[in-house]
Amino acid sequence: MVFGVLSPNASLSITSPILGRVTDLLAVDAPVGAADAVAGIRITPVDAVGLEQRAASLCTRSIKTSSKAAALDLAVRMMDLTTLEGADTPERVQALCARARHPDAADWSVPPVAAVCVYPELVPVAVGALADSSVAVASVAGGFPAGLAPLEARLAEISWAVAAGADEVDIVLNRSAFLSGQYQKAYDEIAAAKQACGSAHLKVILETGELGSYDQIRRASMLAMVAGADFIKTSTGKIGTSATPPTALCMAEAIRDMAEQTGRAVGLKLAGGIRTAKQAWHYLVIVGETLGSGWLTPERFRLGASSLLNDVLMQRAKLRDGRYQRREDFSVD
Amino acid sequence: MSSRLLINKTYKQFIGGAFERSESGRSYPVVGAEGQHLAHAVQGSRKDVRDAVASARSSQEGWAGRTAYNRGQILYRVAEVMESRRDEFCAEVLRATDGCSEKAAAAETAAAIDRWVWYAGWADKFPTVLGGANPVAGPYFNLSVPEPTGVVGIVAPDEQPLLPLVSRLAPVIVSGNTAVVLASERCPLAAITLAETLALSDVPAGVVNIITGHRDELVPPLAGHVAVDSLDISGCDSEQGAAAARQAAATITRVISASTAERQWADEAAQSPYLIDAFCETKTVWHPKGR
Repeated sequence: MVFGVLSPNASLSITSPILGRVTDLLAVDAPVGAADAVAGIRITPVDAVGLEQRAASLCTRSIKTSSKAAALDLAVRMMDLTTLEGADTPERVQALCARARHPDAADWSVPPVAAVCVYPELVPVAVGALADSSVAVASVAGGFPAGLAPLEARLAEISWAVAAGADEVDIVLNRSAFLSGQYQKAYDEIAAAKQACGSAHLKVILETGELGSYDQIRRASMLAMVAGADFIKTSTGKIGTSATPPTALCMAEAIRDMAEQTGRAVGLKLAGGIRTAKQAWHYLVIVGETLGSGWLTPERFRLGASSLLNDVLMQRAKLRDGRYQRREDFSVD
Repeated sequence: MSSRLLINKTYKQFIGGAFERSESGRSYPVVGAEGQHLAHAVQGSRKDVRDAVASARSSQEGWAGRTAYNRGQILYRVAEVMESRRDEFCAEVLRATDGCSEKAAAAETAAAIDRWVWYAGWADKFPTVLGGANPVAGPYFNLSVPEPTGVVGIVAPDEQPLLPLVSRLAPVIVSGNTAVVLASERCPLAAITLAETLALSDVPAGVVNIITGHRDELVPPLAGHVAVDSLDISGCDSEQGAAAARQAAATITRVISASTAERQWADEAAQSPYLIDAFCETKTVWHPKGR
């Protein structure tokens, strides 16, 4: 199974000794194109049944009392509070930023979230609202959510967002190129996006719901990581199928293999469809069991969500007050 | 002549329109009037209460949004379906009630069915009777409309298996409330059979949820739940009821208990439009009057 050809990259040359081991791991096929610089990579297949079973078993873990309290706070600290609507206004973003600093207006012991994620146009608003706070500003860019704008326009959008003050940039994998087998093109675009990002963190959205199989998810994960992604992310949240436990496990295993072979720690961001606190701590279990506690920090794991926060706050209030809460008592935005 | 094994029914809880075992996996033995074993009922947990309240909450707006006429039709339909399973209810009541005659069981079942019909008739009438246009000193219309409080927790009385439960449940849901019922701990089986008729009677999923199990364990999470708007503690003893009322007060939950007159379950006094009103909130609207 030919993975495709990878061009040399200033920061991550595949001819480097480190990445040579990745190519070993993934098995090297006959090089295509310029022999000195490129190589084909074969992706080890994913055992879909085993993957789903393991993910399901990890999601049966029972988490109680003090562990639950710790998991809830951890989930808040890892959250990318997101609003990606056409109807987003500066005021709405400001309100979201206020929530990001103090997620529960009635309980300031709740830690701030990791980041606020908005469209590029609203980055300056978020930057202003989050000045002197620990909350980072993330921007989607690069023709989100399809990623099919002209490459120059996508790169310009990324540079614009970074110049406007975004600390993190979420771009989308070019599924059109990836699914039609143009891996080189998909790779090159991510590498170019990484350069356009400069010092900002690059998160690459694979949109796993559109990739079709776990093999493809693993292949896309590897491609994005090798191309320079600091984080790989499941979904845009704009299509029906978003993050699922097996998808998260599949990507976590790809990250683990990458780290074992190269020592390079890539982060994981799960987004879309995560609405309950229980789902959130199931994902914490999956990541903790697969990647170890080193990944249970906001630097390496994120939950992108808009409605998850309220459920986490409700569970937190239940632990605090001992009574089950009412959804209407928590802020809509 | 074949000697076939009886296929006994598993009495499961009714949550969100589905029959489910407890999240906790527990059950407890239910004994009949003569101490004979009748069945194992589900021993619900606080998490079952939580799930039931969540389902009652999510279906409340839709239920209250139905026309009064439609809610009346559905309550009448409950009576129809119960009527067709009359023998089963009679047998259920007979087995569960101490010193009950067949005649008394039949009377209780008939009264329970008739009570649904009685409240079905009130569905599109109580707003007129309990609300109305109020005379005010100014050029305004002033209209009062009774609206359902929301989610009602009902601790069902223990005296009889069927009639008290229906007497407390029907006036709650007729106005558009949804209910989380803690069935009688002593005789919960008829409540589950009632749930089976509700499931077949066009009552939307989640409008009535029935939990079985131990009161001591189930009343506190129900009474303390922030999303419960009213609480009927008719089935609590005085100590338990007082504790539940204190918990309910902390979240501004209205607390109701059946009066002595209402506890004469077979009497007409046990059914009243004021019982519908007890679980309603009056909304008053002012509107300028034109010339």
